[in-house]
Amino acid sequence: MFKTFDPLKGKRLQIMNENGEIVGEKWMPKLSDDKLVEAYKTMLYARIADEKAVSYQRQGRLFTLPANMGQEAAAIGSAMALEKTDWMVPAYRELGSWLVKGATMLHYFLYFGGSEEGSRFPEGTRLLPVSVPISSQLTHAAGLGFAAQYKGEKDVVITYFGDGGTSQGDFHEGINWAAVFNCPVIFFNNNNGYAISLPRAKQTKSETIAQKAIAYGIPGIQIDGNDFLAVYRATSEAAKHAREGKGPVLIEAITYRLGAHTTSDDPTKYRTKEEEAEWHPKEPLIRMRKFLENKGLWDDAKEQKHRDEATADIEGHFKEFEKYKNTPLEDIFKYQYEEMPDGLKAQMVELRNYYDRKEG
Amino acid sequence: MAVMNMVQAINSALDGKLADDKNVVVFGEDAGHEGGVFRVTEGLQAKFGEKRVFDTPLAESVIVGAGLGMAINGLRPVCELQFSGFMYPAFNQIISHVARMRYRSRGTLTAPMVIRAPYGGGIRALEHHSESAEAIYAHIPGLKVVIPSTPYDAKGLLISAIEDNDPVIFLEPKKIYRAIKQEVPEDLYRIKIGKAKVLQEGDQLTVVAYGAMIRPTQQALQQAKKDGYSVELIDLRTISPLDRETVADSIKKTGRLVVVHEAAKSFGTGAELMALANEEAFLNLEAPPMRVTGMDTTVPLPKGEDMFFPEAGRIYEAIKKTIEF
Repeated sequence: MFKTFDPLKGKRLQIMNENGEIVGEKWMPKLSDDKLVEAYKTMLYARIADEKAVSYQRQGRLFTLPANMGQEAAAIGSAMALEKTDWMVPAYRELGSWLVKGATMLHYFLYFGGSEEGSRFPEGTRLLPVSVPISSQLTHAAGLGFAAQYKGEKDVVITYFGDGGTSQGDFHEGINWAAVFNCPVIFFNNNNGYAISLPRAKQTKSETIAQKAIAYGIPGIQIDGNDFLAVYRATSEAAKHAREGKGPVLIEAITYRLGAHTTSDDPTKYRTKEEEAEWHPKEPLIRMRKFLENKGLWDDAKEQKHRDEATADIEGHFKEFEKYKNTPLEDIFKYQYEEMPDGLKAQMVELRNYYDRKEG
Repeated sequence: MAVMNMVQAINSALDGKLADDKNVVVFGEDAGHEGGVFRVTEGLQAKFGEKRVFDTPLAESVIVGAGLGMAINGLRPVCELQFSGFMYPAFNQIISHVARMRYRSRGTLTAPMVIRAPYGGGIRALEHHSESAEAIYAHIPGLKVVIPSTPYDAKGLLISAIEDNDPVIFLEPKKIYRAIKQEVPEDLYRIKIGKAKVLQEGDQLTVVAYGAMIRPTQQALQQAKKDGYSVELIDLRTISPLDRETVADSIKKTGRLVVVHEAAKSFGTGAELMALANEEAFLNLEAPPMRVTGMDTTVPLPKGEDMFFPEAGRIYEAIKKTIEF
């Protein structure tokens, strides 16, 4: 597959077009009907969750958060192609990937609602907390993969980053390390067109991001990131490649951030309504739904039922989140070191005493 | 027991831990085949193989970042950064991730890793090879910062650092890498991180120093002894977390404090120790605490560096001035 879709020849993998029609039958992943429905359900869930989160933020019930709308296929297709024991190293706009990996909307609400508890994933989840310093997490993925290989384990690692992230030094250092040591890492680039306000064309002179792989001596492939089937298939191939000890792969998923960078951002400042309108018909849910409807796997009634269930579930998580009180004072201190140093203990006692006096 | 210098003692610690724990890996620029530019890792690759002791691409950020990934996934990485002056490309990794991973994941992910680097001046080196940046790392919550002053301490502290479940910045005073030889056990032994050592007892003044500054301080103390002064010398050994108790107890006893370090004067370990003296022993103070340090300038190139770093004469003057205040 990586030979066929040579990024230098302008090739891009697409299996399902905007109308939900299969145009790349040859590459069709073997997925059961149940799996296909599950994929769409998860995408729809993530879409509703994202809309809800943005709306809660607008109501002042969550803090600044990044919008995910439009990137569900890339997030969910890539995550579904991996095993439970594989590692995931996210950036911060991969809500769908989180959900597949085992985090819940309660984690999401907690994190963007101001609590570190949002990064306390159940034991064995193998999901790292979000990484805000751009592309710094690519080096962690390289190290996780190095360790898996060192221990003779067959786990692979996926890490996510945006088009802006490819300009960072850690993009280079992380991929180069993984390539030199042949680490089982999938470098998954969500090329959503913008790094906050800067368009992709001003980020790099390279024609594609996928072609950067060639300089590292590893396979690179550009895919339609709004096509769940292409994302799933390419990530499966990359995982197989990595698991077989052939080293890392760079995937460039072409997608579009339909929403703002974060709830503090205003995209009308740097892109046109016309451009946004062009992308709406290309977004991932519409075509996936059509595809399932054509197969007789989905209809309006199922859509409504799932929407209602998802909404109730997300609202349930939000209710749970709102029951959380502010961070207990001791929690500010107790996770800094395995054993709290005396000086820190003294600070904790001093602060405790102050609040005891204040609160009588 | 073998007689070792600090380079050999650190090598012995790495050797011992590589043999003791299959998850320990040692790596850095030229740290594998060549054994590092100071030969600290010499012979380890031949003994333990390329899988355990290896050369990395010339890229400090990923040496630390990949080290963190390894630590999260069950290894005990010991990263060598060639000179502390080249740690800054990795600074984002250290401050944004290594120091915070336990905290932000509520203890579900940890970073048991050691970042070793030769540091400090006095070896007639090129630019960027003589700095003492310990205070920068000591200012970051989540890190431990260790600086040994003898071969024996270096080995025992490094073994503790490798076994520590939190990240440790291990700064090796390269000026005394080969300057001091002493008997060092070949077996594994540990020196507790976070514990200072009283090298000499006295009751008129507390002098706190560490790393390569212990030697000129001891020379100054010889002179002070001739003058009849009774001075207590504390080797800090761990910069962070600070052994507040040992230092405070000593100041309470002597009523005076002089801090010696080669790093720039302001906002440094000396300032922190003076704050400690005020907080813990204000009523015991008989004289204003003093600092004998490097200057608040860029470290000069070799033709100027001797004046920059504290020497015995400067330390002695501060001792005398403080006691006779």
